[in-house]
Amino acid sequence: MKKRNKADITSESYLQTVFRRFKRHKLAMGSLIVVILLGGAALFAPVIAPYHPDEIVGTFSGAPSMEHLLGTDQIGRDVLSRLLYATRISLLVGIMATLISTVVGVILGLIAGYFGGVADMIIMRFTDMVMSFPYILLVLVAAAIFKPGLWSIILILGFVDWPGIARLVRGNVLNLRETNFIKGNIVAGMPLRHILFSEILPNTVAPILVYATSVLALSMLDEAALSFLGMGVQPPTASLGNMLNGAESLTVLTKQPWLWIPAGVVIVVLVMAINFIGDALRDALDPNSKS
Amino acid sequence: MGKYILKRILIAIPVLIGITIIDYVIMCIAGSPLEMLQGPRVSEAAVEAKAIAMGLDQPIYVQYFVWLSQLLQGNMGYSIRSYQPVSSMIAEHLGPTLLLMGVSLVVSLLIAIPAGIYSAVHQYSKGDYAVVTFSFLGSSIPSFFLALLLIYIFTVKLGVLPSSGMTTLGSEGGFMDVARHMIMPVLVLAFSLAGSNIRYIRSAVLEILQQDYLRTAKAKGIGRFKVIYKHALRNALVPIVTVIGMQIPMLFGGAVIIEQVFSWPGLGLMTMSAITARDYPVIMGVCLLSAVVVLLANLVTDIVYAVVDPTISLD
Repeated sequence: MKKRNKADITSESYLQTVFRRFKRHKLAMGSLIVVILLGGAALFAPVIAPYHPDEIVGTFSGAPSMEHLLGTDQIGRDVLSRLLYATRISLLVGIMATLISTVVGVILGLIAGYFGGVADMIIMRFTDMVMSFPYILLVLVAAAIFKPGLWSIILILGFVDWPGIARLVRGNVLNLRETNFIKGNIVAGMPLRHILFSEILPNTVAPILVYATSVLALSMLDEAALSFLGMGVQPPTASLGNMLNGAESLTVLTKQPWLWIPAGVVIVVLVMAINFIGDALRDALDPNSKS
Repeated sequence: MGKYILKRILIAIPVLIGITIIDYVIMCIAGSPLEMLQGPRVSEAAVEAKAIAMGLDQPIYVQYFVWLSQLLQGNMGYSIRSYQPVSSMIAEHLGPTLLLMGVSLVVSLLIAIPAGIYSAVHQYSKGDYAVVTFSFLGSSIPSFFLALLLIYIFTVKLGVLPSSGMTTLGSEGGFMDVARHMIMPVLVLAFSLAGSNIRYIRSAVLEILQQDYLRTAKAKGIGRFKVIYKHALRNALVPIVTVIGMQIPMLFGGAVIIEQVFSWPGLGLMTMSAITARDYPVIMGVCLLSAVVVLLANLVTDIVYAVVDPTISLD
């Protein structure tokens, strides 16, 4: 028994090892299923949504019923359909913002870490400056200057989120630069592009991936907050944040909980699941972790 | 040590200058203060005359230095809406925000320190999982949603707590009244802060528990209680210092949303109304102030860290 296990492990690929370690985290496995289900529902929203999200299909503020499982909103749109489309928009904002900030952060981090000197000085001081402004305040100011909307929100979040990733990549590159295999590459006269993108970058992918999951969770929370304050995704497009916006009115808050509780619950569940997955990934991708 | 502190301060100075430049550039992108003058009844010549009077015909870097020298004298400009000086508006609203932030920080640490230590000492137990799940919930729940839930439960359903403002209208205020108004905003802020704090303290204590000197302490047979409370905790205090430093920007950001939901009359509420009214001098004044506070907090944290932890490398 023991022998076979060992043989299994030695022949498995890196990804198999990661997945085997990831599977030990039951909460994270559950979270993965939740994210796949919610993500799938969001992706296939046009197919599974019972109604068009922006069309008036029922009575004003109708309570949940068989026809409208989560009721209808103030102007008679189906809440369940809107919720599906809102999840789609919120995931899109989160994923795009994370992609942008990761690309910006990785490039700046690589340059600062590998070249050092003046480039490092300038980039890191700039990072310090951006990090000094309270994050939400910076996002709100940007949202006030540019016209609020789906793409401006994505760009704003993307271009404000990168300092953490830049610092992380820089630190990793500084360590890697001292290793023998990178020194060997330099001595062998490999082109710079090869060293940066084929040697250094693949060795920092694991921590970047872990960090990116937390950026994803954070940017989804920020999109929700911004849209809640009316500075994010603009109606009629539904997002999880602007669906909660209605709860600022007292009638909605007290008498029509179906209008705001479901959207809030979806945010909490999604963000929590993403955080759990990130935490398990951190453990599964860590080469120093036991077994 | 002195050299290290000096070096940290020297690094902070260009960052500080950079912050003022970013702040000024954003203010310029945001729009010219002449825009509000324009209208059918204002002639172009009058606008031009005003521009010269305000120094807007100068090159931008000259304008920046004029603005900076004004800033150093404590003049942060005037609100477009109320014509009040920005500095006095900030001074007026600073008190309630500091009160809210301070109490929330203390409450979050009162939750996070015992919970984090418990969870590290009982690693992989049921209690540990419960604490970690709780902390994940704290950092995953949008603060405004939690605020709405609390208002729904405590104000609407139970009717025991006021949902907005700092004092009851028409009343004298007084300590108890303010305290009652503070319960919900503080709970929301402290809950989300505790979420990240717990995990940070937990991993800090876990790391310390694996140190050789703790194994020695255990081997001496002085008992579990003394090992944890005399040897481990004292060393865990060092990372806790950094936690407090890290929270300052989070507190500023969290306050904006929380103050909006609970109509707490602080800086956040003032900033939010300035943002909706596009009152840029006020917005940028708050941004500048908070960026400087964050920078100073980081500086002080680094220095305190160096003082408390003799093993930190000072190069």
